Formats: sequence, structure tokens, C-alpha cells
Amino acid sequence: MIDWQPLVLTFKLALITTLLLLVIAIPIAYWLAHTKSRIKPILETLVSMPLVLPPTVLGFYLLVVFSPANPLGNWLNEHLGIRLIFSFEGLIFASILYSLPFMVHPIQAGFSNLASSLTEASYVLGKSKITTLFKVLLPNIKPSLLTGIVLAFAHTIGEFGVVLMIGGNIPGKTKVASIAIYDEVEALNYDTANWYSLILFAISFIILLMVYVINGGYLKRFWK
Amino acid sequence: MIHITLQKELIAAHGTMLLDINIDIQRGSLVTLYGDSGAGKTSILRMISGLLAPDKGSITVNQKTWLDTEKRIHQKPQHRKVGYVFQDYGLFPNMTVKENLLYALEKGQSKNTVTELIDTIELGDLQDRKPEKLSGGQKQRVALARALVRTPEILMLDEPLSALDNTMRAKLQDYILKVHKQYNLTTILISHEISEVIKMSDQVFVIENGKIKKQGSPIEVFTTKQMSGKFQFSGEVVHIEKEDVIYIVTILIGTNFVKIVAEETEIGTIAIGDKVIVASKAFNPLLQKVH
Repeated sequence: MIDWQPLVLTFKLALITTLLLLVIAIPIAYWLAHTKSRIKPILETLVSMPLVLPPTVLGFYLLVVFSPANPLGNWLNEHLGIRLIFSFEGLIFASILYSLPFMVHPIQAGFSNLASSLTEASYVLGKSKITTLFKVLLPNIKPSLLTGIVLAFAHTIGEFGVVLMIGGNIPGKTKVASIAIYDEVEALNYDTANWYSLILFAISFIILLMVYVINGGYLKRFWK
Repeated sequence: MIHITLQKELIAAHGTMLLDINIDIQRGSLVTLYGDSGAGKTSILRMISGLLAPDKGSITVNQKTWLDTEKRIHQKPQHRKVGYVFQDYGLFPNMTVKENLLYALEKGQSKNTVTELIDTIELGDLQDRKPEKLSGGQKQRVALARALVRTPEILMLDEPLSALDNTMRAKLQDYILKVHKQYNLTTILISHEISEVIKMSDQVFVIENGKIKKQGSPIEVFTTKQMSGKFQFSGEVVHIEKEDVIYIVTILIGTNFVKIVAEETEIGTIAIGDKVIVASKAFNPLLQKVH
């Protein structure tokens, strides 16, 4: 029988990453959708970088920056007791960066597509920005939120290069399913590799299918 | 009294346009801003409500200062008590009609306000529907009701009736007049229908390129001084036909077409699409009860 640990680890990573990303992405997307600031293009570029950057590049720099040999990595380690390389926490951090555009873009588009009269009507009715966000804006972009959640989740499951660079291959800590597949193939255990692959394939298929069924053609615009 | 002085450089179709207006509004009156699209009417409403900041100006409403650029006072829209009916209504799609109204309640305000408004504006049958299931006229009524929940000091309606057919329009005009009187509101309406302006408003401001061209009572503003007509309607020319030495002009007045015989000198520069006044002097109309 196959070792379930890499799969469990993969889904744990994807789940935690997605939840944290949702919290982080909403303010970023809100800001990007509404700002007229001149630094908007810069921030937009930074958010989108993971789309085009080889994952190994991102992983490499994270590895360098968070290495205990480096001042920042050393400081985190000594003062906060956090070690971001070759650890599960590090994987979460890297995954958040890596999947950021997949969460931010749909939500930003959702905010931008809402008629501005909704926000304005709410303000004129005496409601604060926060109330407006939670009672009016977010409930009206549910399809965008769902798209963001699913894409970020699916994208985190599919991570390989970043994980390999910053996490390595430590069973139970950083050995996620995609790494396990690579590992098994290298050891010529095609059977086990096939099981992992098949399970990932099936789960990814089901997740995406659910979104298409729920959201109609909504996802198409973001999945290229 | 409401004093409004506003100045703002606006970006218009042909370069920039300076909006520069000075308006005084009597409390409890219904005034209309009349003018072509792009004249700056909506911008005026947006500045009064605080959604748009003017370059210079001041707004005082019943002795309260909402805006004074010199003293750097700029109340947020949340703190100005205005009711705003947006051109696209701005109803919240995630809430039912009733929830839209309940959302507008202030902390501690009684829910009876909403129940009462649902009664007044006859939304009882619609209250559990989502906005997407409503017709244009129904959305309009919901938006109107929602704007009234906070009992605004100024009610503003941005071309509320432009998307409606004539029957619906007349009905909604009556609703607006009804709530205007019932809640003793001060109301600002944007319209570019002369008949609507005449029916609805106490005072009209004609806005052209960001300036007030004329102001006064609608009849004063839209008719020329020398006319002593006892009997007059405003309408739109839809057809001009020449027959021998005279012209037959078809005019749409309200929902009725009227054919008028005109001489060449009367026709002058009148063309299809022009707004005209049909007036008759020195004759005695018959008044009969309709059974």
C-alpha cells in the first residue's frame, strides 16, 4: 500500500495556504481595484510575478534570504524561533507568495466589475467602508471568491519547484505529493508514482469540475 | 435654507469644463436641474452628497456646514443626511427588497420606518424579491423607498424616470410628489423632460456647460415673457409636413400626438426634435366631466 503522508501533507498545505491567502488577498485586491495611486502598476507586477517566474527562482531567493547564514534568516531564528527553510512553515510562506496572483486576480476583477453605485449607495446610507465591504461588496462577488479559493488551492497542490528549493524532501514535513512522485520515479517505483499521480489527477479534476458546475463559465476568464 | 456654491474643473467631451454654480433652495421645495447630458447635473448631485470633492465651494444645509473648502470642512457622505436615487438604482443584488431597506436603518432606528415605507410606496408584494426579479419601475420605487429610510435632509434623484415608459413615469412622478409632501422633504431632481419639470417642480435651474443659464418657476423659465397664453402645453416636434402654403406640424404632448397648422413665419428654425410650446390665446376651452 502507498504511504498516505505526502498526500495528507499536500492537502494540509493547500488548505492552510488557501485560508491565509484569502485573508491576505481581500485587502490587496480591494486596494488594487480602487486605488488611483501611481505605485499601483508596481504592486500589480509584484503580485503577478509568480505567474511568469520559474518557481525555482522564487524558491532560490527564499532559500537565500531565509537561510540562517543570512541576517534576516538568522534574526527570525534567534528572536522568534522561526526557521523558514526546510520546514512546513517555510512551505506555507512560499506557497502564499507563489499562489498570490491566483487569489488576488479573480477577487480584484470581482471588485472592479461591481457597479460603483453599490459602494456609493452604501456610503450615502451612512455605512462605513468596512460594513460596505462585508455586507455589500463581498456577498456580491461570491463567484470571484470561489474562483480564487479553488485556483489557489489547486495551484498549491500542483507546486513542485518552490517546494523542492525551500522545503527539500523531508518525510512528514516537506515531502508533498508532487515531490513524492518525483522521488518514486527516480527509485523506479512506477506503481507508487502512478497511485500518487492518479489521486492528484482525480482530485484536481473533481475540484475544477465543481467550480465549472457552480460558476458556469466564470473560471474561463482566469484559466489560461 | 440650503446654500450651495460649487466650483470644479470637470473633464467633459471636449476638453475641460468649469462647473461654477450657486444655488439656494428653500426648505421643503422640489427643484429640478434641467439640461443636456454632460452639462454637469450629476456632478452637482455627487458633490452635494459628498461622493465627489469640488475644487472650491461651500454647502450649508439648515445651518449645518457640510462643506467649506476655505475652512477645510469636508463631511463624508456617511455624515451628510442625503437620500440618493442613482440612475442605475444601486440596489444591492444580494439582498431582498426588504433587506435593502433594513440595511439603510441607522443604529437604534425602529424597523417601523421600513414597514411604513413599504406601505406608502406599495412594495408589500415585492418585499421578499431580489432586485434582479424586478422591473425598472419597481426597482425605482425600491430605490426611492431606501433613500427615504434615514429621513434625509435632501432627497436627490438622478434622472429617475428616464428609463421608464410614459404610464410608469406618470405613476412614479405621483409617488415622488406624494413622499415629497408626506415626509416634508427638500428634493432635487434631475430631468430633461420639460413636461416633467413643469409637473413636478417649484423651481428649475437650467444648467448649460456647468453654469446656471436660467432659474425660476418652470412656467417662467420655459415660456417667453410676452406670451399671455391661458392654455399651453409643452411637447416635442416629431414631424413637419409642407402642404401648399402652410405647414402641418405633428407634436408629441405627453402621450398624445397633436397636429398643428403653422405658417412659414412661425416655423422659422423649428426642426424635428425641438421642444416647443403649444399655446392658444383668447379662446374659451370647454370643460366637461368625463363619465
